[in-house]
Amino acid sequence: MADSYSDAIVIRHPQEGAARLAAEFAEVPVLNAGDGAGRHPTQCLLDLFTIKSEKKKIEGNNIVLLGDLKYGRTVHSLAYALSLYGVHLTFVSPDSLKMPNEVLNECEELGVQPKYTSNLEKSIKNADVLYVTRIQKERFPDAEEYNQVVGAYKVDKNLLKNARKNLVIMHPLPRITEIDPEIDKTSHALYFKQAFNGVPVRMALLSLVLGGKL
Amino acid sequence: MKELKIPLIKNGTVIDHITSGNAIKVLRILNIPQNLSSTVSVAINVKGHLGNKDIVKVENRELDTSEVDKIALIAPKATINIIRNYEVAEKHRVELPSEIIGIVSCSNPTCVSNYNEPVKSRFKVINKDPPQITCYYCEREPEDISERII
Repeated sequence: MADSYSDAIVIRHPQEGAARLAAEFAEVPVLNAGDGAGRHPTQCLLDLFTIKSEKKKIEGNNIVLLGDLKYGRTVHSLAYALSLYGVHLTFVSPDSLKMPNEVLNECEELGVQPKYTSNLEKSIKNADVLYVTRIQKERFPDAEEYNQVVGAYKVDKNLLKNARKNLVIMHPLPRITEIDPEIDKTSHALYFKQAFNGVPVRMALLSLVLGGKL
Repeated sequence: MKELKIPLIKNGTVIDHITSGNAIKVLRILNIPQNLSSTVSVAINVKGHLGNKDIVKVENRELDTSEVDKIALIAPKATINIIRNYEVAEKHRVELPSEIIGIVSCSNPTCVSNYNEPVKSRFKVINKDPPQITCYYCEREPEDISERII
């Protein structure tokens, strides 16, 4: 029905696969703006744009994805997309929040063999990009499971002592406690610029599906 | 003289070359009712030319395509023999189609196909033997396909 009074549908939905299902019925383009713990392709595009803008290229970077890799939809899309560029991926998470096998398989099929660790300190020493995600309470079917992992990692100045000077820290926002606000004013903090990039990237996407010229 | 471990049937279906140990799952797929009027014979771990296998014989029932598809999900090497008057009237191997619709439910509780939407479950077959499938909607792979068969 929504397609009869719109030129495009942008759908954010708590269930995985909702946008794909909507696309089966809709006569107008459907953009997935996040489906449950599934994927978040528009965030992924702005993340790629941000990395490319900052590092001049995506390929070859050492990129660490940190936090809730199980339920975090942004990292599912990003791990796949980064693998297309041949980056060096490291996944850091509590054991119970590891990257799903489906995403790991996608990375491996694209020739990327992600490293897995729970040791954040060690993994960021050679990192060019640290992508932090919030551990999202709303995604956990069991409150006890959430309580066991909340606050598992914190990025603060002490942690960054051994990091590269040009390490950039990204986050899809909102953050809670996983990045100390004292990081905000350092040269490492890229997350506000990243969030801003969501506007032009999504404008470009809408323009593209509506037949505009970029 | 070779001893028959399970008897011949006059009419019905013989499912042969079932991966050893999977006969019980095949029975579940066939949804055999408890108040049977005809015979179902099961042989588990029978010696065959290509190693051990299971065999299921169902009297007075010819399997339809959707049942054969289901069997291919858990016994990809199985052969289906349709028996009429003690003779093999048709014989074919199970073959997984490239897409499975309405046969397996998604193991992901928050997949849109598990809600009250007007949609049948749908899986892409990414490997036929051993069977490996991913949900068309949420892209998850069920760990144990046999547990998810509808």
